[in-house]
Amino acid sequence: MPHDHSDHAHSHLPSDPELRVRALESLLVDKGLVDPATLNALIDTYENKIGPRNGAQVVARAWVDPAFHARLMEDATAAIAELGFMGRQGEHMVAVQNTPTQHNLVVCTLCSCYPWPILGIPPTWYKSDAYRSRAIREPRAVLAEFGVELTDGQSVRVWDSTAEVRYLVVPMRPEGTQDLSESDLAALISRNAMIGTDLVKAPSA
Amino acid sequence: MSRVHDMGGRFGDGPIPEKDDSEVFHTDWEARALALNLACGALGAWNIDASRHARECLTPKDYAGFTYYEKWLGGLTDILVDSDLLTMEDLDGPPAGPAHSPDPRALKPENVDRAMHAQGSYMRPEGPQAKFRVGDPVRTVPHAQNTLVKGGHTRLPAYAAGRNGTIERLHGNHVFPDSNAHFLGPAPQPLYAVRFTAHDLWGADAEASGDDMVLDLWQSYLLEPSA
Repeated sequence: MPHDHSDHAHSHLPSDPELRVRALESLLVDKGLVDPATLNALIDTYENKIGPRNGAQVVARAWVDPAFHARLMEDATAAIAELGFMGRQGEHMVAVQNTPTQHNLVVCTLCSCYPWPILGIPPTWYKSDAYRSRAIREPRAVLAEFGVELTDGQSVRVWDSTAEVRYLVVPMRPEGTQDLSESDLAALISRNAMIGTDLVKAPSA
Repeated sequence: MSRVHDMGGRFGDGPIPEKDDSEVFHTDWEARALALNLACGALGAWNIDASRHARECLTPKDYAGFTYYEKWLGGLTDILVDSDLLTMEDLDGPPAGPAHSPDPRALKPENVDRAMHAQGSYMRPEGPQAKFRVGDPVRTVPHAQNTLVKGGHTRLPAYAAGRNGTIERLHGNHVFPDSNAHFLGPAPQPLYAVRFTAHDLWGADAEASGDDMVLDLWQSYLLEPSA
């Protein structure tokens, strides 16, 4: 496999990304390598079926079911599969628990590795140069930008997803939510809280 | 010897953009670009490490100037040609028009659900035994470089090369990207989560002495600390 071409193939397609993607799709469809209906099905999957609501169900279950929480911390891939979530970019899951003494934050400095089966496609900020470069060196400044306030005595642990292991942050359950149902709890849990750039708050009265 | 994608710890990028981003795709073409990558990946002509390397081989100017999905499109086009699924003549020439029957490798719409939910694994039973245990001190190799292929793919970020750390977890034997990205075989070896203190990584630039960072690193990236 050659690496550094003097002539990158992609520069032979139109520079406008919309025209470029259309040209590439048309070539691949003509060759029978891609079925347009498959592309529609893939888009529908990640637009409507697989997203952060999956992860929120996992976290809410862990909050209400100590045995599930224990299984999640022991073997997250298997525990998450109990809820039916598995597949591409979630082959090797590890759950990391936020505590009063440790806040966890996930990044992929080398590309944009992200646990698709439970969080869907990563948001723009997660894929940005600024997040990739800064989260690992100045996580506290990054957290402050997201409005996350750490408590005194809370250290920060940053997980850089350099392999095929994908990390799920299990946020702390907020005070005053003991009467909420599992599904009401899930509704409180934001995508960012499961990456570490948000905290979960109790619903305001 | 670094490539442009290896940006962990870099200064100068400014504030994080679009922090309240909630749209899955911002334009139709982004959605199309993602789907094309997945559909072409399903042809089985390359592996995930090779596709990452294709994006990393974009010129620094393109990598910095392209939006996220433009990088994906660039890497995809290049690897399609490298894999002989498309030719430069295809890209340059007039449209040939619908030609053949569908390629038997093409992902069918009715199989999308199954393909995306397939529970693959990068773990392999073979390969060397783990040299380190949880709690062992280790030192990363001095250079973040592929020792099999010059300028090749590697997953040791430059900021973590030549640093002292501690084994936090054993993940088992995983496919080795430095080999797999170049179609030299999966060459599985032990993968570890390795913990570094903020001070060990950043020295005087560390934000807080009690903070730490964990990276997943393959055994051949790691040395005995005295070595």
